[in-house]
Amino acid sequence: MPEARVIPLRPDDDEPFAPVSPPAWDDQVAGGLEFLQRRLTGEYETDEFGFDPDLADHVLLPILRPFFQKWFRVETFGLENVPADSGALVVANHSGTLPIDALMTTVALHDEHPAARRFRLLGADLVFDIPLVGAMARKLGATLACNEDAERLLTEGELVGVFPEGFKGIGKPFRDRYTLQRFGRGGFVSAALRTGKPIIPCAIVGAEEIYPMIGNAKTVARLFGLPYFPITPTFPLLGPLGLVPLPSKWLIAFGEPIETASYGPAAAEDPMLVFNLTDQVRETIQHSLYQLLLRRTSVFG
Amino acid sequence: MPPAVVLVTGVSRWLGGALAAELAADPAIERVIGVDTVPPSPAMLRRLGRTEFVRADIRNPLIGKVIAAASVDTVVHMNISSTPAGSGGRVPMKELNVIGTMQLLAACQRAPSVRRFVLKSTSAVYGASSRDPAVFTESMQARQVPWGGFAKDSVDIEGYVRSFARRRPDVDVAVLRFTNFIGPRIDSLLTGFLRMPLVPTALGYDARVQLLHEDDALAVLTRATTGSFAGTVNVGGEGTLLLSQAIRRLGRVEVPLPTPALGSVGRLSRRFGFVDYSPEQMRFLNFGRVVDTARLRTRFGYTPRYTTEAALADYARTVAPVIDPLTVRSVTGGLSSLLTRVGDTASAVERRLRPTPPPPGLRAVRDA
Repeated sequence: MPEARVIPLRPDDDEPFAPVSPPAWDDQVAGGLEFLQRRLTGEYETDEFGFDPDLADHVLLPILRPFFQKWFRVETFGLENVPADSGALVVANHSGTLPIDALMTTVALHDEHPAARRFRLLGADLVFDIPLVGAMARKLGATLACNEDAERLLTEGELVGVFPEGFKGIGKPFRDRYTLQRFGRGGFVSAALRTGKPIIPCAIVGAEEIYPMIGNAKTVARLFGLPYFPITPTFPLLGPLGLVPLPSKWLIAFGEPIETASYGPAAAEDPMLVFNLTDQVRETIQHSLYQLLLRRTSVFG
Repeated sequence: MPPAVVLVTGVSRWLGGALAAELAADPAIERVIGVDTVPPSPAMLRRLGRTEFVRADIRNPLIGKVIAAASVDTVVHMNISSTPAGSGGRVPMKELNVIGTMQLLAACQRAPSVRRFVLKSTSAVYGASSRDPAVFTESMQARQVPWGGFAKDSVDIEGYVRSFARRRPDVDVAVLRFTNFIGPRIDSLLTGFLRMPLVPTALGYDARVQLLHEDDALAVLTRATTGSFAGTVNVGGEGTLLLSQAIRRLGRVEVPLPTPALGSVGRLSRRFGFVDYSPEQMRFLNFGRVVDTARLRTRFGYTPRYTTEAALADYARTVAPVIDPLTVRSVTGGLSSLLTRVGDTASAVERRLRPTPPPPGLRAVRDA
């Protein structure tokens, strides 16, 4: 009798089936104890920018994660365009009155990218002037938006995030939603040129609707030294309750990288090239914003 | 070519005395002259060896006579006071720092024998503000020029030294911008600050701190005196710590206070001569400062033996912790072993009550 041929029943899953279960409560508490011990004795690493990966992984990202998964139901596209282990400059549109879009992109790149990339944000000096906010921003990996810091991070192979619209973008009225503002002075392009790292255009849809800004109390803003003071349908009408963001549906898309290495570092001194590249990045983001808006069926859907 | 006659100012302090002792131990150097306004302590005097001590005020033209008479060829200027407490108030401190430097430079300019001038400066010249880049290189300037205290003095002093270098192009000038010193023996602003059991800090701020071990500071000063480096160089250990982290590693208790309250604590402690909380020092404690040390390692040719972390650990040997890390470890260890026992019991009970479900059966083949 010829030997029976073995026909594999499940050819495409070799690893045994194991249901993914959340870690047991006692493991979680033990992990928490270990974390507490590290924090009490200071035995963790921080870098020269003030980035504290231990705190980011165990406190800051877990706080942001429910917003990312449940509240905004963020969907990401084009993560394959983000390199796994080399430096790149992610350039995104800015909106939403408070920089929640920067935080959600940080979670997206850490949780959804296969290499769990750290997103090193570049923030305005105002951020670092505000007590607590500034310190926390640094601990999450942010640093001041200046060419020196951007170039240092890019040279070290970090994934750097920049919002060239700045306050013009984040503090724009609701009627101007999804219209890109002026892109600064192109400082981000010269940083990418000087370090030869690619620029990854990133479009974020959904952040515009979290705090629809229908007015700007300029006098109050001047009083507090802020660039704008938002008036939304719920803020300051409902007080602290008005700070709860509206649960809009978010889409984040990373576009194809724009190569800069071929121009050489000297190209950063050519203003015409810098302007052209800035425009190219801006148009790519604007275009992909329109595409994402078509894809999204409804604002809160 | 090693120097023949070295003049060191500020020799009665720990670092100045240690440098003079180090130079005196080098047989290639003919004479070492130490200058200070106060005589060194007996212990320091023993260490100084064959160093000749001249009690002179560098604010006094007498210093010119000393330089000319001994035909000094290398001057190491370290007599820069960082705290008003040490020099009897802010006005004498500024006079000693700025006028003293001017007098010393005037004397050096007149002396044809001087070939080399080493300035012990500080990275405080970069200021400290929220607009700072994270890491300063030597070519960068302060975003917000310091307007008072030690930092302002240091900016002024560097300015005078630069104009001296312009007027005497034959003199090699080395400007060493040190980060904060730390170590078991040195007495610096930060060591006094971190020695307090309760360390008041500014609420909502956390400075990035870069440290330099006293042994490395001494080695860099010796190398700058006997070597040929000319120019400005940042001197600091590798790596950084956050201020809160450093306080925790030393087992101190951090007391974050709102900035206005911290100001009054500062005035109070200054009055009693404890720790200097000058406005300029407070800005540093808010934002911190990190310098790039690539030039130190490549052009100057010295790599600090201690990283920031190692320097702090070496300092920690000399201060008894308030919160002992061993206690923390035994408490958390005890809690976690208790937890394991509770967890084991709970899972045993769970197994008894609810047997594990059988593994799932065969699933449909996808492309059947």
